[in-house]
Amino acid sequence: MATPALLVEDLSVEFRTRGGVVKALERVNFHVAKGETVAVVGESGSGKSVTAYAVMGILDPAARVTSGRAVLGALDLLQADRHTLAGLRGREIAMIFQNPRTALNPIRRVGDQIADVLLRHANVTPNAAPKTAIALLESVGITDPARRAKAYPFELSGGMCQRVMIAIALAARPSLLIADEPTTGLDVTTQAVIMDIIADRAARTGMATIFITHDLGLAAERADRIVVMHAGHVVEAQPKAALFATPRHPYTAALIAATPGSTSRLADLRTIAGGLPDLRAADLPACRYAARCPRRLALCAQPLPALDAAQKTALACHNPLPVERAA
Amino acid sequence: MSGASPGALAHARYVIGENPVTGFAFGLFVLILIAAILGPALVPYDPLASNTSRALQAPSAQHWFGTDQLGRDIFSRVVVATRLDLTIAVASVALVFVLGGLSGIAAGFFGGWVERIVMRIADTIMAFPLFVLAMGIVAALGNSVTNIVIATAIVNFPLYARVARAEANIRREAGFVEAARLSGNGDARIVLFQILPNVFPILVVQMSLTMGYAILNAAGLSFIGLGVRPPTPEWGIMVAEGAAFMVSGEWWIAFFPGVALMLAVFCFNLLGDGLRDIVDPRRRT
Amino acid sequence: MLSLILNRLMSAIPSLIGVVIVTFLLTRALPGDPAAYFAGPAATEQAIAEIRAKLGTDRPLIEQFGRYVKDLVRGELGQSLTTGQPVAREIATRLPASAELTLIGLMLAVILAVPMGIIAATKPGSAIDHVTRVVSTAGVSLPVFFTGLLLVYVFYFRLGWAPSPVGRLDVFLSPPAHVTGFYLVDSILARDGEVFFGAAKQLALPALSLSIFALAPIARMTRASMLAVLSSDFVRTARASGLSPAEVIVTYAFRNAVLPVITTLGMVLSFLLGANVLVEKVFAWPGIGSFAVEALIASDYAPVQGFVLTMAALYVTLNLLIDIAYGLIDPRVRLDS
Repeated sequence: MATPALLVEDLSVEFRTRGGVVKALERVNFHVAKGETVAVVGESGSGKSVTAYAVMGILDPAARVTSGRAVLGALDLLQADRHTLAGLRGREIAMIFQNPRTALNPIRRVGDQIADVLLRHANVTPNAAPKTAIALLESVGITDPARRAKAYPFELSGGMCQRVMIAIALAARPSLLIADEPTTGLDVTTQAVIMDIIADRAARTGMATIFITHDLGLAAERADRIVVMHAGHVVEAQPKAALFATPRHPYTAALIAATPGSTSRLADLRTIAGGLPDLRAADLPACRYAARCPRRLALCAQPLPALDAAQKTALACHNPLPVERAA
Repeated sequence: MSGASPGALAHARYVIGENPVTGFAFGLFVLILIAAILGPALVPYDPLASNTSRALQAPSAQHWFGTDQLGRDIFSRVVVATRLDLTIAVASVALVFVLGGLSGIAAGFFGGWVERIVMRIADTIMAFPLFVLAMGIVAALGNSVTNIVIATAIVNFPLYARVARAEANIRREAGFVEAARLSGNGDARIVLFQILPNVFPILVVQMSLTMGYAILNAAGLSFIGLGVRPPTPEWGIMVAEGAAFMVSGEWWIAFFPGVALMLAVFCFNLLGDGLRDIVDPRRRT
Repeated sequence: MLSLILNRLMSAIPSLIGVVIVTFLLTRALPGDPAAYFAGPAATEQAIAEIRAKLGTDRPLIEQFGRYVKDLVRGELGQSLTTGQPVAREIATRLPASAELTLIGLMLAVILAVPMGIIAATKPGSAIDHVTRVVSTAGVSLPVFFTGLLLVYVFYFRLGWAPSPVGRLDVFLSPPAHVTGFYLVDSILARDGEVFFGAAKQLALPALSLSIFALAPIARMTRASMLAVLSSDFVRTARASGLSPAEVIVTYAFRNAVLPVITTLGMVLSFLLGANVLVEKVFAWPGIGSFAVEALIASDYAPVQGFVLTMAALYVTLNLLIDIAYGLIDPRVRLDS
């Protein structure tokens, strides 16, 4: 296998809160190859965004990385000092967020916000920055970019703001883009346009993309491979087609069954029983899905097998669904 | 948000446990209350009895806080003054609680011209630096303790009126008010039994938040010679009397009443913050 | 931008009208008959009536108000009973002393409080954070006249660093030639280092007393709003874009966090202008506050009225400036108007 764009290995993150220590991530393993689009899916609270924030080094001050590495090229992002990291962010690895309207500085012109990143990372002179910013706005499909560059975020629509976010993220041509729920809250047409812009850029520049979403349907449309997370664990990873054809982890199967579009009739849609376990508990079970799992065995109390981050597939289950099961 | 449900009590315990400073403030409050109620009975000397042979004595075992230029015991005077200072503050806050609270509720509930008049009055008061306006009011109404109470109440009016208006306005459209109206209750009954009990806790927080300011305001007025007349023991005037002695080194005359004043204000500010956390956790800063 | 300024100017007008009405009503509430007061205890009934006619207090209220407004427009604030001087002139000569004191106090407070609040917010749990929290709770509890006296005791009586707390300048120095009325500015214009330092020394303690009082709300608001902004989405974006920490804190966080701080300044100024009166009394500062206090004690009402009016006008003007500054920073306000 070629060197991956990003390799996340044994990543564990804790949050110290008033109610106790939240074990938000436990030994998370996965990778994304160059040019590949990996979707990380799971319910809210499953640790998708925390994983991204940990990789970016923008975790909340209450959070602490307790183990693991996140290797970008030859560098472990989790060990890098502040300045190295600040130099990499925006240049090698960029991120876009949900709620684009609040993710932009409300009192700075959007053109200036793009120029800030250009000046920092892209060897652009202060004189050329405004022009380059306008060109970037045009490249994300904003009409009349020269005028829009002078606008403030509150003067733009949500979809427009997300395009600006993408322009900022792609300004320095990063090799990895993390998109955290980039289309949540946007209308369906805009969603498709935003995703097309990202996919188009990835295809043209060989940029790797981690696409975080709770929407398995969207992941199915857009990703090459899907990593399923549950309560701070990676439970399964497979190429998209294989995952839908033969989900092995009971949680994946339940997710698929709960996603509209995967079944022909609405009546077949299932809800997933139970909720996420309390991640503050001292005695979290080895498998955090066990309490909700219909296929639970006595064996499930035993530690799960360690996953290999470099593999294209992963499965953390003692009693997986059989492969030959018909889809 | 209603008063003393078990949830609110648990939350109160949580806030005090989380923030021991609030517990400290509460202890201080009890102390101030004791001084205010029992003060004259507790003190070792007559606060008004002068004795020039013992004038300007530094703090000692006999006179804990020393004596002033007339030989009066400062400890006794500071303790006895608690009642007057507290009475002025409580009276003014109670007055503005009723005036500001009711007009704010009326403004929020009825809207229209009532709201316009109340808010115009509040805005006009806010156009003045508050202490300056208080000076002007006392000067106009006459130099007396009653007028200090009135002036302090007036300058606090906008705060109460605005808070009460905002809360009443939110609740005017609330479901339970609509329900009360549909079941045939008149406006007066709705205000009295539906709006007031809900706005009340928030105004009580406002009271404890403004108590500190009321004490400061009243003491400031008496410091510049308004309201309380010598030889009445009152913290502001005692600091003023001791001011001249600061430059000659007799610090204790102004120091102890000043500290008493500071502690009282500090106590009410902390209590106000704590109480706000209990009643309205959203507004924590 | 121009429309914003016009808009704010228009909205200040009702405030000013309210101020004029209130100051007028305050005179009418004066207990007793001012004419009798003017005439003195030995005056006859006829003499009092004459003075009443002269003062116009025998006219209907609305007519008196008309005269009051007319006098105001001409800059006429009446005569002081005790000094016999026109109040307007007295206030005009004393205003620079008060303004210099208040402005230096405010500047000191901002210079100290804003960095304190920023550091407290960026390094939660640090020593500066704890100091800020103590100061911002204790500072508002300190009566400003008491702070002033404590400073006098420590820096004048104990340490001997500060000059005698009387007035704006040592009696052996003569004030600089009047240009602005601000001794610090005028002494620089006159290139007189001795007077400058003399004035600065006199100013230090009263200005510090004021600033300790004003520090608390500013530091508290800076800390709170910085904390809120630092956890906002757009600061996260700026961090994720790899902008330098300084750029994130200054260009992205602080410029947003300063908006609520500017709003707080309005309230701080209200406190500060009031506290000014008390500090002027402590330091025998020859400003309009001590002028008003002297008049108050002597029941000389015209100076008090002039003082209240001047302070309110000053406050309305400063609030106007604050609103405009806010609009300069926040495009949402600027473009909405």
